[in-house]
Amino acid sequence: MGTQFDFPGGIHPPDNKLRSLQTPIRQAPLPDRLTVPLRQHRGDPGRVVVAVGDHVLTGQPLSEGQPGRSVPVHAPTSGTITAIKSHEVPHASGLEETCILIEADGRDQWYKLAPCPDSASTAERYDHLHRTGVVGLGGAGFPTRDKLQSAEAAPDVLILNGAECEPYITADQALMRERPDSVVAGALALWRLVGAGRCLIGIEDNKPDAIEALRQSAEGTSVEIRVVATRYPSGGERQLIQLLTGLEVPSGGLPADVGVLCQNVATAVAVDRSLRLGEPVIQRITTLTGEALARPGNIEARIGTPLDHLLFEAGLDPQRLHRLIMGGPLMGFDLTTTGLPLIKTANCLIAGTAGEFPDPPVPQPCIRCGLCEQACPVDLLPQQLYWFASAGEHRKAEHFDLFDCIECGACDWVCPSHLPLTEYYRHSKGVLRQEQKEQAEADHARQRFEERQARLEREQAEREERRRARQQAREQRHNVAPAEASEAATAAATSPTAPGPDRETLIQRRDQARQKVEEAQAQLAEAREQTPEAVPKLERALNKHQKRLDAAEKALSDAQEDT
Amino acid sequence: MLTTQRIMLWVMAATLPGLLALIHFFGWGVLINVLWCMGIAMATEALILWIRARPVQHTLMDGSAALTGLLLGLSLPPLLPWWIALVATASAIILAKHLYGGLGSNLFNPAMVGYALVLVSFPEAMSTRWALPLSLQETPLSLLDSLSVFTGLGSTSVDAFTGATPLDDYKHAIDGAIASQVTTAPIYGDRVALGWEWVNLGFLAGGLLLIQRRIITWHIPVSLLGALTIMALLFGYDPDQSVPLSLHLLAGGTMLGAFFIATDPVSAATSNRGKLWYGAGIGVLLYTIRAWGSYPDAVAFAVLLMNLAVPFLDYYTRPRTRGHKRAGRGVPS
Amino acid sequence: MWMNLLLAIATLLLLAGAFGALLGYASVRLRRDDDSLVEQIDAVLPQTQCGQCGYPGCRPYAEAIAEGDAINKCPPGGEATIQSLANLLDVEPQPLDAEHGEEQPKRVAYIREAECIGCTKCIQACPVDAIVGAPKFMHTVIESECTGCDLCVDPCPVDCIDMIEVARGIDDWVPPHPADRPLTHDGPVIATDQRPAEASA
Repeated sequence: MGTQFDFPGGIHPPDNKLRSLQTPIRQAPLPDRLTVPLRQHRGDPGRVVVAVGDHVLTGQPLSEGQPGRSVPVHAPTSGTITAIKSHEVPHASGLEETCILIEADGRDQWYKLAPCPDSASTAERYDHLHRTGVVGLGGAGFPTRDKLQSAEAAPDVLILNGAECEPYITADQALMRERPDSVVAGALALWRLVGAGRCLIGIEDNKPDAIEALRQSAEGTSVEIRVVATRYPSGGERQLIQLLTGLEVPSGGLPADVGVLCQNVATAVAVDRSLRLGEPVIQRITTLTGEALARPGNIEARIGTPLDHLLFEAGLDPQRLHRLIMGGPLMGFDLTTTGLPLIKTANCLIAGTAGEFPDPPVPQPCIRCGLCEQACPVDLLPQQLYWFASAGEHRKAEHFDLFDCIECGACDWVCPSHLPLTEYYRHSKGVLRQEQKEQAEADHARQRFEERQARLEREQAEREERRRARQQAREQRHNVAPAEASEAATAAATSPTAPGPDRETLIQRRDQARQKVEEAQAQLAEAREQTPEAVPKLERALNKHQKRLDAAEKALSDAQEDT
Repeated sequence: MLTTQRIMLWVMAATLPGLLALIHFFGWGVLINVLWCMGIAMATEALILWIRARPVQHTLMDGSAALTGLLLGLSLPPLLPWWIALVATASAIILAKHLYGGLGSNLFNPAMVGYALVLVSFPEAMSTRWALPLSLQETPLSLLDSLSVFTGLGSTSVDAFTGATPLDDYKHAIDGAIASQVTTAPIYGDRVALGWEWVNLGFLAGGLLLIQRRIITWHIPVSLLGALTIMALLFGYDPDQSVPLSLHLLAGGTMLGAFFIATDPVSAATSNRGKLWYGAGIGVLLYTIRAWGSYPDAVAFAVLLMNLAVPFLDYYTRPRTRGHKRAGRGVPS
Repeated sequence: MWMNLLLAIATLLLLAGAFGALLGYASVRLRRDDDSLVEQIDAVLPQTQCGQCGYPGCRPYAEAIAEGDAINKCPPGGEATIQSLANLLDVEPQPLDAEHGEEQPKRVAYIREAECIGCTKCIQACPVDAIVGAPKFMHTVIESECTGCDLCVDPCPVDCIDMIEVARGIDDWVPPHPADRPLTHDGPVIATDQRPAEASA
């Protein structure tokens, strides 16, 4: 074991993990109907490549992603697509998004999978991961390909995050203690892929069974198992990096900026399966826990499985259910219905009773006791952020580094006044992001407006110029040779384009214009020295002369082309 | 888990050793003061909450008004007539707390605003109503006598029971004498200052309990006492010229101020670094006013002056957010 | 005695005069560049170019504000814009002037294409070129470019343009302010004076 570093703050909430660790990982039975949201990652939804009525096979792509923007999703089992429509998705907003609804045929026939060939280059391997829909399974859902590619050079350290610090959640722990070989295989696969100097697996010391199992599996490899003291939020990416390497990821930056790459252990397993077997992400291990469940535990289920199906499996007592939380109690969000599908980022589902999750007490005023400040893992001033956020002074909150807040909820946990601090921060961040977006839209609209204005003015000027040219041509004809007027008129009648003044006249006119421009320039230069107040006027005059010169030149060149 | 109410209760409980020592050495007047101030504080708070259409019972239960009353009761001279304590407490709750928006919004420490207000309004009573230690009174003041002084009814004259505090006495007596002569006076007792030493040790013990319970952090008391010590050693090293360090620390309201008054989170600086500066500022001001000002004790003024400096301190003492190269400053205009 | 009084008054007058002159000089000397001020104001305005303020576009209104016009004439920007302008110009925010319209959720124009006769009048009216089409062919609105100014609605001879509210997806969702969120308990909110609690006194 190397030197242990530290991060500030942190809390020690009761971990409530034992309940879901009594039984080994179970397989969820296949549901009859599945709902696959198009977006289960950070980014935009992919483009649907199937149609209603199509029969799809297990692992067949349902959508197409665009690297850097969107990630594809795959059919979790074989069956028929019954609808592609808006459906409620697990999200704090409770809003709907486009989902693909599949009626399972029960045969679970697999699509032909294509493993990544050994000869593939690194870029091809990254794209392979993207094609198989690999995203961070720890909760954030960041596209794995984009994350791997964020490093320009090979990172110094590859960290596998098995800390799993949030109470209740045991999905990673179950995976590590029951399938340590696949975790180590995943670590090695990732390591080979990114070519880091070292590979560490970070794990909290409250998981002795997982540590022991991993140690045995890692024997003979250079993968290092690093045990860290249990303290929430040691599993936060930046916090774990700080604990294991002492490095601080710069604000607004990525771990790659300090030569670190961090991946969740479950993601590593998915990477290995994707490369070796060509298997897309169509299932995951999820913790089902909470006192309203008779049979809590970890369950391996297909993506898109309705949550009520899983909860029924785990023996949900609907009478006792008080709060349904996706994710952990600190960072997760409440669900208002059980009719939602399981998604790639759902690592835990808590069916809590009223005794377990009592309604929060009435908030009291902030007395600036500073307990939140002592608990903050990034050394923010949460009480200060709260003052700003609650008063709607979002800019000030931003100035106090609001966007460095990792929304871990440690401040909420310690707040003696029971203020929902993190909710305030999320709101403030949302408002600022929205403002940014609106600002970008406004800037875009302004640009279009100004371009349009410029175009209109240009067109106007051109029209004006043509009109004047015509008029001058008429005058010219009248002045120069009245006798020829009738001839010209007949010529104009016969030829589609009226002949302009002759070449000499045009040259003469151009020379006159040029002379005027030169005069104006001289005057302007003189005015700049002596009478500054006359400058704008002279500038306008110069502009006018310049335009006339341009027009004269154009008329001349047109005339030359015609002849 | 800590709640606001529990924090207040812990702070009140932690004053018990000091409170008991005060009662033991200075008589019932202290207890009458404390109970009277707490009662007035809660009654005033209830009245204001009612006027402001806030839920009275719920808010009263947070204990902050009771704590303000308690701290005032502990700070005021024990033989004060009832109406001075009333003015102090009512103005603490109304002027310093609710006019600023209630709990959590006040700029100044409410108890100290009340204290300073009566100190400048009734200077005579505030400096002559300090009880002598009971053992030095000819006939120790009984509960009945205390009540009669407090209410102003009856004919008990206070003069027999009152006297200058050690800090006050030393400051004036040392002008024409040397330390060994001054400290022969009975109010200094055998050690530092009769009674006061135990009172201060009691508050110290309570304060350490608060730190141990993580209700306050060490920053303010340590920097306050540290700064006071440094000032006393620097300028008051000669006990024949000025008040010695031992009296500064163990006579007067130093420990009560350092652990219970300066640490009021609402009116103190925000960050840990800010708290260090804040405490140090109070320590320096405390010594400055005591040594060169006209008040023998100066916790209230020192605290209030540093309350004023809190926005300034907060501007310059933001901690460095992780992931940033250096600490940010203040707020944008 | 009188001398002293006069002296005091004279001194104060002198000081006031001196500082006044200094301030006056500073305000002339350090005046913000007008152009940059217009730029800054323009940057705050929502750029719908709708003309509801009475000026032909956002920039002209920005110029008018820089000249001293009221800051509360922009309905699309609403309270947020007024607040930003007040901050920028260091003046008191005023409520939106209802004469110029009311704040509405973001909308976009939608052409009922079956009814469109291809007259191009809306195309000419659109300040941001967000409508495409050609004479005698039906037109359509590029939704992502539409600012919702509704300047195209009036010129349409067959009234086939609707302003529809933009559906807000997850990307536009802003987590609610905790005080606006339905309470999970029956108790009154007491943490703030900003929302009057039901007094239980």
